Amino acid sequence: MATTNAGRLARRLAVDKTIKLVSTLLATIALVLLAMILWALFFNGVRALGPHVFLNDTFGRPNGLANAIVGSLIQVGFATVIALPVGVLAGTLLADLGKSSKLGETVRFVNDVLLSAPSILIGLFVYTLIVLPMGRFSGWAGVAALAIVMLPVIVRSTEDMLRLVPVQLREAAYALGASRWTVTRSVLWRAARAGILTGLLLAIARAAGETAPLLFTAFGNPQTSFDLNQPMATLPVQIFNLTLSADADSIALAWAGALIITVGVLALNITSRLLISLGQRK
Amino acid sequence: MNAMTSDSAALINKQRTESSIEGVRSRASIKNLDFFYGDNQALYDINLEVLDKRVTAMIGPSGCGKSTLLRILNRMFELYPGQRAKGQILLDGEDIIDAKTPAAATRAKVGMVFQKPTPFPMTIYDNIAFGVGLHEKLSKADLDQRVEWALRKAAIWEEAKDRLKTSALGLSGGQQQRLCIARTIAVKPEVILLDEPTSALDPISTSRIEELIDELKSEFTIMIVTHNMQQAARCSDVTAFFLLGKLMESGPTNDIFMSPKRQETIDYVTGRFG
Amino acid sequence: MTVLSSADSAPGASSGRLQASIRRGVLIDTIFGAALWAAGGLVLVILGTMIILLAYDGWPALRHFGMAFYTTATWNPVTERFGAMSMLYGTLVTSLIAVVIAVPVSFGIAFFLTEVCPQAFRRPIGVTIQLLAAVPSIIYGMWGALVVAPFIAAWLQQPLISGFGWIPLFGGPANQFSMFTAGLILALMILPFITAMFVETLESVPPMLAESAYGVGATTWEVFRNVRIPYGRTAMVGAGMLGLGRALGETMAVTFVIGNANRISASIFQPGSSIASVIANEFGEAEIGSLKLYSLLQLGFALFVISFIVLAVSRRLVRSRLD
Repeated sequence: MATTNAGRLARRLAVDKTIKLVSTLLATIALVLLAMILWALFFNGVRALGPHVFLNDTFGRPNGLANAIVGSLIQVGFATVIALPVGVLAGTLLADLGKSSKLGETVRFVNDVLLSAPSILIGLFVYTLIVLPMGRFSGWAGVAALAIVMLPVIVRSTEDMLRLVPVQLREAAYALGASRWTVTRSVLWRAARAGILTGLLLAIARAAGETAPLLFTAFGNPQTSFDLNQPMATLPVQIFNLTLSADADSIALAWAGALIITVGVLALNITSRLLISLGQRK
Repeated sequence: MNAMTSDSAALINKQRTESSIEGVRSRASIKNLDFFYGDNQALYDINLEVLDKRVTAMIGPSGCGKSTLLRILNRMFELYPGQRAKGQILLDGEDIIDAKTPAAATRAKVGMVFQKPTPFPMTIYDNIAFGVGLHEKLSKADLDQRVEWALRKAAIWEEAKDRLKTSALGLSGGQQQRLCIARTIAVKPEVILLDEPTSALDPISTSRIEELIDELKSEFTIMIVTHNMQQAARCSDVTAFFLLGKLMESGPTNDIFMSPKRQETIDYVTGRFG
Repeated sequence: MTVLSSADSAPGASSGRLQASIRRGVLIDTIFGAALWAAGGLVLVILGTMIILLAYDGWPALRHFGMAFYTTATWNPVTERFGAMSMLYGTLVTSLIAVVIAVPVSFGIAFFLTEVCPQAFRRPIGVTIQLLAAVPSIIYGMWGALVVAPFIAAWLQQPLISGFGWIPLFGGPANQFSMFTAGLILALMILPFITAMFVETLESVPPMLAESAYGVGATTWEVFRNVRIPYGRTAMVGAGMLGLGRALGETMAVTFVIGNANRISASIFQPGSSIASVIANEFGEAEIGSLKLYSLLQLGFALFVISFIVLAVSRRLVRSRLD
């Protein structure tokens, strides 16, 4: 009896140890693989960086990414201007309606579908909605696609953050005789502003890295353009085209672009994280 | 240490203002009030006269409807679909829960302070100015004066005057609750509702708030919900006892505690259930 | 005292102004309420028009080919014969490879992070994983094409082929760009995402539950398997489904490495194509009004339906646990 128990214990401990070892190994391999991405980006990207990357267009001498960087900034900027107010309002509506409202639950579900719908479908949608009627690819189509990418992120985070505001705070503001608008603007949005800003940064980061919805909307443009009625370049689409073209110079430039975009996206993510932890400390 | 002993002494020795309720006119009358959460009735045919410039305490076990009544007076229930009230609450002859009266108008006359302190995420000054600004357009000087007046009334001026422009979230819990009272007073309501205002506070802060209630009744009509029977006995002039959504008994506080008429009231005030 | 007297004179004096400000408040609230509903409505309208437009614009393809569109594998722009079978196949195969690899590995990492890893490293590693989930998919795609694909062909596919080549699934020859490569890149892409959700779920298990299991002498693994996993099972299955949803619709990480061959191959080491990759590659060359354009839009509609189902299921699982 005693020996079987001891044997059993030894076996249980061995299993425990083995699994811990395997999991450590898996984690190490995965982290190394993922670190390799960052390393490849950094190594190849930094080598290809130079002032020309930021100053020259696609066919400059040497070739650069200025048109793509400018295009991305313009389109993400306009998309933000559209998606932010709509997203914050819709998120506020969902937080106000709460969990019990059927209509609210529908909007919430639809928003979640948009949030995880394949982004290339957003490209197809904007293509049929804007590009076909306009008869050409355009910066505006790119703006629309990016705004649709950003919108559900902002709606979701706004709702989540507003839900964290204590109910009593909301009631206290109403109790003073404030209107819904005043309560929302002066108390709810103010209390949740770090969280809403965080959501916005994450939405911007996501839009800045999207390629698929832009392929048939903004398309691309070898020159720096400020005309949103014309096709416009973006960094991710440019990286896509450069990588496909497969000559050494283009690929080097693609790495530079990939580095720029990743640094930008990660910087936005890290900033949003800092915002959250600062907010928690307060 | 010194401050604490003197505060504790104050708690014990403080002589509350004994206010007679003889011949005091009624400020608000609650008439035939029913209340429903969806299909569940929470209050049954409540009738209560709230005396002018006196403190009315509402006591009773959890879920008896005392907080619900408070939330009707301030029309807080309207924020939640499915909750509805039937009956009348007359203040100066006007039905304040009539849907035709804008809720904001009712709330300007009937202020409310909540269980937990609810400072808004803004400066101390802005917390007070926020409520005032909703209903009145004051010059900067008048607003300054009003803020000081409200903070003095709520006995927090001395602690707050040097940090008016700092965040209200930096105050202690007791200070925050007095700030919330100041914020309510600043609007100059006629009635102030207090929903268990000390249940989240330490004993010293509690005694401060109780003193404050005593002072405020010279100017405001006050209704307080409390779980603490000593508190009801200490600071109210009239007590109303609720049980299962019904108003069982109401009358001068002394009578309710010393010579209640109904068996349920006796059981409750002697602590046999709660 | 002046202050006090001003207080006493106040009631009534300002009531006219009070009425005006309240009337304005009521008006503003009406507008504000309308704006809230308009914004919420816009979210509905966007998805609604998206479904309608994709269905409507893809309809000519279905009308022309009938259900054969979904049951044939021919995709020939020259003869204008289009069938979706090979893309459906490629989409499912690559996504399945991705999930089959990513879920167990994520599971292992989640166990490591929540139970084995020294406390000091948990946060840094956790944050790194969350950051990797935010790296744009095109980065995974180009890294896969330029760095990983040649390596995979030589070091992973070749040994598998020589060992298991007699099974059609692992038939040779090795290809840099294949469904296997695409699945692997997809796995790496969804790995941080799934891991982060696993960890979040596992950390939400009440500590008392685990502690009482330790209290009766269970080992770390036994507590993990018998307490933590059952507690978070639905949410974890939901997380896996969400990962699957991402893989199904992913464009950029796949297009570079799948090889873009519109055919069905038994071996995962052969090139293929997915719905998203075909759209990305061929949509730009499709003429307006052509059967090809309609077929691509019909493919898009199919992708929408597939991801919608996966999403609806996973959302049900994830939210039901967290609410």
